[in-house]
Amino acid sequence: MKKFLAFALSASLMLGALAGCSSGTPASSGTGNPGSAPTPAASGGKVIKIGVFEPMSGDSASGGKKETLGMQFANAETPTVEVGGETYTVELVISDNGSTTDKAPSAAANLVAQDVALVLGSYGSGVSMAASDTFKEAGVAAMGVTCTNPNVTAGNDHYFRICFLDNFQAQVLASFAMEEFDAKVAYCLGEAGNEYDQGLIAFFEQCFDGRVIKDTFPTNNSDFNSYLNKAKAEGADIIFTPVSIAYATQIISQASSLGITAPILGSDTLDDNMVLDAAKGTDIQLYVSTFYQEGGAPQFDEGIKNYINSNSVAKDSNGGNDTIAAVTAMGYDAYYVALEAIKAAGSADPADIKAALGGVTYDGVSGSIAFDSVGDAVRDTAYIKHSTNDGAWELATVQTAK
Amino acid sequence: MIEKKNRKGAYTALLAAALVLLAVIVLENVSTFLPKEMVPGVLRPTSQLFSVLKKGAVYSLAAVSMNLLNGFTGLFSLGQAGFMLLGAYTYAIFTVPAAGKDAVYYLFGGSAIKFSFQDIFGALFGTGGAGGAVSLVLGVLTAIILAGCVAALAACLIGLPVLRLKGDYLAIATLGFAEIIRAVFQWQALGPITNGANMIQGFPTFSSFNITGADGKVAFRLSTFVPFLVAIVCITVIVMLINSSYGRAFKAIREDEIAAEAMGINLARHKLLSFCISAFFAGVSGALFAMFVNNAQAKVYTTTMTYEILLIVVIGGIGSISGSIIATFLYVACSEWWLRFLDETMTIGTFQVPFLRAGFRMVVFSIVIMIVVLFFRRGIMGDKELPDLWKKRPRKAGKEGAQ
Amino acid sequence: MEFIISIFLSGISVGGQYALIAIGYTMVYGILRLINFAHGDVFMVAGLAGIYLTAALPLYLSLPLVLVLTVALGFCIERAAYKPLRSAPRMSVMISAIGVSYLIQNTATYITGGQPMTYPTIPFLSDTVTIAGTPTKWVTILTPFLVLALVLALQQLINRTKVGMAMRAVAKDFETSQLMGIKINSVISATFIIGSALAAIGSMLYFTNFPAITPTAGALPGLRAFVAAVFGGIGSVPGAVVGGFLIGICENIVKGTDFTVFSDAFTFAILILVLLFKPTGLFGEKITDKV
Repeated sequence: MKKFLAFALSASLMLGALAGCSSGTPASSGTGNPGSAPTPAASGGKVIKIGVFEPMSGDSASGGKKETLGMQFANAETPTVEVGGETYTVELVISDNGSTTDKAPSAAANLVAQDVALVLGSYGSGVSMAASDTFKEAGVAAMGVTCTNPNVTAGNDHYFRICFLDNFQAQVLASFAMEEFDAKVAYCLGEAGNEYDQGLIAFFEQCFDGRVIKDTFPTNNSDFNSYLNKAKAEGADIIFTPVSIAYATQIISQASSLGITAPILGSDTLDDNMVLDAAKGTDIQLYVSTFYQEGGAPQFDEGIKNYINSNSVAKDSNGGNDTIAAVTAMGYDAYYVALEAIKAAGSADPADIKAALGGVTYDGVSGSIAFDSVGDAVRDTAYIKHSTNDGAWELATVQTAK
Repeated sequence: MIEKKNRKGAYTALLAAALVLLAVIVLENVSTFLPKEMVPGVLRPTSQLFSVLKKGAVYSLAAVSMNLLNGFTGLFSLGQAGFMLLGAYTYAIFTVPAAGKDAVYYLFGGSAIKFSFQDIFGALFGTGGAGGAVSLVLGVLTAIILAGCVAALAACLIGLPVLRLKGDYLAIATLGFAEIIRAVFQWQALGPITNGANMIQGFPTFSSFNITGADGKVAFRLSTFVPFLVAIVCITVIVMLINSSYGRAFKAIREDEIAAEAMGINLARHKLLSFCISAFFAGVSGALFAMFVNNAQAKVYTTTMTYEILLIVVIGGIGSISGSIIATFLYVACSEWWLRFLDETMTIGTFQVPFLRAGFRMVVFSIVIMIVVLFFRRGIMGDKELPDLWKKRPRKAGKEGAQ
Repeated sequence: MEFIISIFLSGISVGGQYALIAIGYTMVYGILRLINFAHGDVFMVAGLAGIYLTAALPLYLSLPLVLVLTVALGFCIERAAYKPLRSAPRMSVMISAIGVSYLIQNTATYITGGQPMTYPTIPFLSDTVTIAGTPTKWVTILTPFLVLALVLALQQLINRTKVGMAMRAVAKDFETSQLMGIKINSVISATFIIGSALAAIGSMLYFTNFPAITPTAGALPGLRAFVAAVFGGIGSVPGAVVGGFLIGICENIVKGTDFTVFSDAFTFAILILVLLFKPTGLFGEKITDKV
């Protein structure tokens, strides 16, 4: 009996593979459709698919969900696009890259297997780089939304991005630290082995005129007391922590209970309402650099707030309240840039869209977007926001590149 | 008699391996030779099928190499991810073309290792056309072998002291070494070699082996064939080793160390040998894994990865090579492909299927694993191999017929 | 000076919390010879339960309820995932533990949506106190004392009561104690109940200190606690406690130096060294092979 079972199971591999072969296509096209099933029928069936390559689980899930939220809102606002005189319904196909580089290629393969016209994402740089070759092979253009690492777009012609780069961001933060706080000693804390954290810290060190102390903590660490005490003992004037959201909330709440008075500087990842919550009611001085400040585009603010409040799933994705994260605005802009590219291409063919994407310009809620020869957005502005510690951000300054 | 049977088995196995390779090539190239409309979606080059096949080939080598140690020698080691990391990094460091090094190591102003194997072979055979292909193949091959050697060397150094430990203590010590290796590779001070926290990329991957025609389009696909070829060659070597006198010594150590020692098996030497060989193939699979994910980054090679591979080994059956292979493909296909629809909300008519949202796939997947673990406690294959099943069944049927 | 004091304070505090988790590992290992990989995740679930329950109930109800739920979870895991495999090869049981750990983490990801959750503040424990110029939370000061009290109570239980005697007997010889009429299953359940209860208390202390919980929040403390258990000699409760404090302090000392990237690696390096010279840990019993 046992032997038979074993045999049956091994045989089921073959059968399974065959079944997978024969049913693969219909299953994926039938199900790869997040919540927009009723719309295609309405407009006669011409559908263009846009892939959303974002982390829905893992470290960056929080950011990935907020970014996706912007795209979903934009999709709800403008669900169709005109291509060569025909109206196509835009369908978002979401694929979860799990925030890890080893899952990213299969998540990307999942998107190209569903014949997406172009891909938006991702939130983080590591997954974008890991998936890059999959998109390249399939001839699909990808547009990074908030992946700020220089290597995402360098050396290829299919990856674009609409955000600024890490070296710019680090430069902005370093000069802010030096001008605003007259900082001489900076304590930098990042996750070990995380290219985003370590990259920003390295650029920050290059731009910062003074002593820089660099520390790293292991993945999944939650005890930051010793690090923060060290920053205090070394007399750091500012603490620079370009870390992901879960760590940032820990660092802020522990810094507050240790009575840290040095300002904490964060990068775009810290622009999140969970970080705001952690800073709420404390004496921490928290500054973050970001892409968008609430109030920059009142119409968008109102629309997205309505969208979030009218939809419980969206509200959950946004962390349970309606504070607008900059990544949501970026996701929103990314969707419209994608529509512009499709219009400019005048076709639903990925190759045409890829060719057209580089020339697209668009005035978005986060500023005007155009691409340079590498595929990076031409951006020279970063906002620096300050937590008021009662649950809101306040614009501290607008920095431009020098 | 046994000799004869073995030889027959070996021929069958070789034939099967050749058939698998042939099938992969055909499957992969259906899309290049047939017009686009006739190719079913699943066979298009962008299909998940090939992603799963590639990852499956890579992981099955990792699983078989772990099985060699845990299943056949009875040494419980959890250092697999560490050895894979060594392999992946060795491969990546030595195959990033010199021209691309500055871009990859941009934080450290270029790499400390100024050459790559393809460049060296390229200088010998030329870089264009057939010469380029030869130098690519040779360069990649050298790097893969070096990846295995580095992992084996590390295993040798670690094994000398650690293999004296027994059972779970060995497991925890090897796990510790894997973590130490990872920390070393994440150390920014070694950046010019390891690129610190940044990933190393831009080296030849599986798709570099696709043959492109003059028009820049792919004329013949080999990107799935390559991992299969390497994995099959390596697994064949492992099987030959297991069937040799060394393999019998390994099994004797697994069954009873003291009895094995009494029979004249040098325990320390054989354990170390098994440990190093397993690490060698783990290193090779690490190099393949780097090619699969197009990058090498230390952050990925965590204990979770080791557990994943251990899970595959046990699901397949401890001490069964074919079990490990079957389990790998099932595992990879389930987690990456077949269950993916569970992550997306689905509406049938107006009825929204409950529970379906991001993350549900992994919940279902872990429940499936628990069911397999609880109800097939010896794994899919137990310690049998696939040919055993073919052989035994007809005989049993004959017996029943006689009664 | 202040810095050194702060390092030791956080080392002792976090060490005490590791000790509480480590006891769960060590007791289960002592009896079943099973590395219960799911223990760290039980710890994480206790934290999540704390968040969801305090959101709905007042603190004096929710905290005991967390304890009860965690104990129930530990008990169920043993009954569902380990008991059916009692006669199976040891590797299968271990894989079952890894599978349970997988299941718990993935379910937690599904429920929380992968977002970090914030642990509620517990009055008094979360308040700040200044010791020798170093501000810290009350929980830091209280942890070592609480741990010592719990361990003393546990030692009494193991050495003085009938259940404790049965536990020791089962740990010594599984089969013989069965022949002597000890109900193995209830003894094993009792072990899991004690381990989970301590993990629940540990989670309240730990997450009051470090209030963000992600689905993988249990992995690292779990691993470190396990190392602590091995360090002290797996199977020995005092060993686990000593191991916990040593690991906690070591880790924080390394975090105070310039080699922070090696904080875990250093812990493992010490562990390997200890194992090489004392192969069964600091307080472990010497194993003799029976031929």
